[in-house]
Amino acid sequence: MVGIVIVSHSQKIAEGARELALQMAPSAKIASAGGMKNGDIGTDVEKIFAGIKEVKSDEGVVILVDLGSAVMSSEMAIEMISDNENIILVDSPLVEGAIFSAVEASIGSPLAKVVEVLKGAKNYKKF
Amino acid sequence: MATKAEVLNFVRIYVDKMAEHRQELTDLDQAIGDGDHGINMNRGFKAVDEKLLTFADKTIEEILNAVGMTLVSTVGGASGPLYGTAFLRAGASAKGKEALSDQDVILAFDEGVGGIQYRGKAVKGEKTILDSMLPAIDAMKKSIGEGKSMTVALEEAEKAAWAGVEYTKTIIATKGRASYLGERSIGHQDPGATSMAYLFQAAKEAAQKAGK
Repeated sequence: MVGIVIVSHSQKIAEGARELALQMAPSAKIASAGGMKNGDIGTDVEKIFAGIKEVKSDEGVVILVDLGSAVMSSEMAIEMISDNENIILVDSPLVEGAIFSAVEASIGSPLAKVVEVLKGAKNYKKF
Repeated sequence: MATKAEVLNFVRIYVDKMAEHRQELTDLDQAIGDGDHGINMNRGFKAVDEKLLTFADKTIEEILNAVGMTLVSTVGGASGPLYGTAFLRAGASAKGKEALSDQDVILAFDEGVGGIQYRGKAVKGEKTILDSMLPAIDAMKKSIGEGKSMTVALEEAEKAAWAGVEYTKTIIATKGRASYLGERSIGHQDPGATSMAYLFQAAKEAAQKAGK
C-alpha cells in the first residue's frame, strides 16, 4: 500500500490530519511528522526521514506539506533515502489531501493514481 | 590556510553570535516574516554548541557535516535546510583534507552557497541570504586573488556582506514568508542576509585570532 507522510510546522496539525484521515480509511499507512522533537513549531528533517521509513514500501510514498520550510525539509529527507525514486512530494492541500490519499491508498491504488488524486484535491470544491 | 582548530573556533564564534543577536534577528523577522529567525538560529546553534565537545577527534569534513545535520533537525524554519545544506556541502568539499588552503576555504564557501541556491531555488536580488553571501564570496575571492591574507580577505568579505544587507532594504522579497508582503517588504533588511553577514564576521574573527 502507498504510504503517506504528513508534514506540518505543527505537531498537532500533522497528528490531527492523520487522525481524521484514519477515520475514513483505518487501514491506511500514515505517518505524522509535525513540529520539532520537543513539540515546538517547526519542521525537522530527521522526523520526516523517520516518517518516510515508517510507511515506506516498494509501492511508494506520498508526502504532504503545509508550507515554507516544510517543502525544503521534506526534499532533504527524501534525498537522504537512497532508493527514493518513488517517494513523491505533492503540492496539495494538507487536510483534504490526507483524507483523499488515505482513501485512495487504502483501496490499493498505485502511486501514480494517489498522486493524481492529490493534485486534484487542489481544485476540490467544498460547496 | 585553516586548521581544524580554526574551523572549530569559527563554529564556536558563530554559536556565540547567534546567541548574542537572537533578539535582533527575531525583530527583523517580525517585521517581514514569521518572527522566528533569531529564535530558530539560536536554537540550532545551541544544539551545535552541545555537540562541540564531541567534535574534538573529528575531521573538518565530519565537523561541518555534523553542524549541517544538527541544524536541519533543530532549527525548525527555512534557515535549517538552507544553512544545513550549506554546511553539508562545505563539509563534502573538505573530504580527506587535514587542513584547508585558502583555495579550499573559497571552495567550501562556493559549495555552501551552491547548496543554498539549490535548496532555496533563489537568485541574487530576491531579498535572501544570497544577497549578502554572494557579494561576500566575490570580495573574498578578489582579495585572495590579489595575494592578500585570509584575515584581510574575510574583512573585505564581511564589508561586502553588510553592503548586501543594506541592499536588501531596497528590494522586494519574492521568496519565503516575506514575499506575502510584496512592496511592504521594502525598507526592511532581510534577516537571513543579516545572519549570513554575522557568519562572515565570525569567520573573520577566527582568522584574526589565528593570525592568518
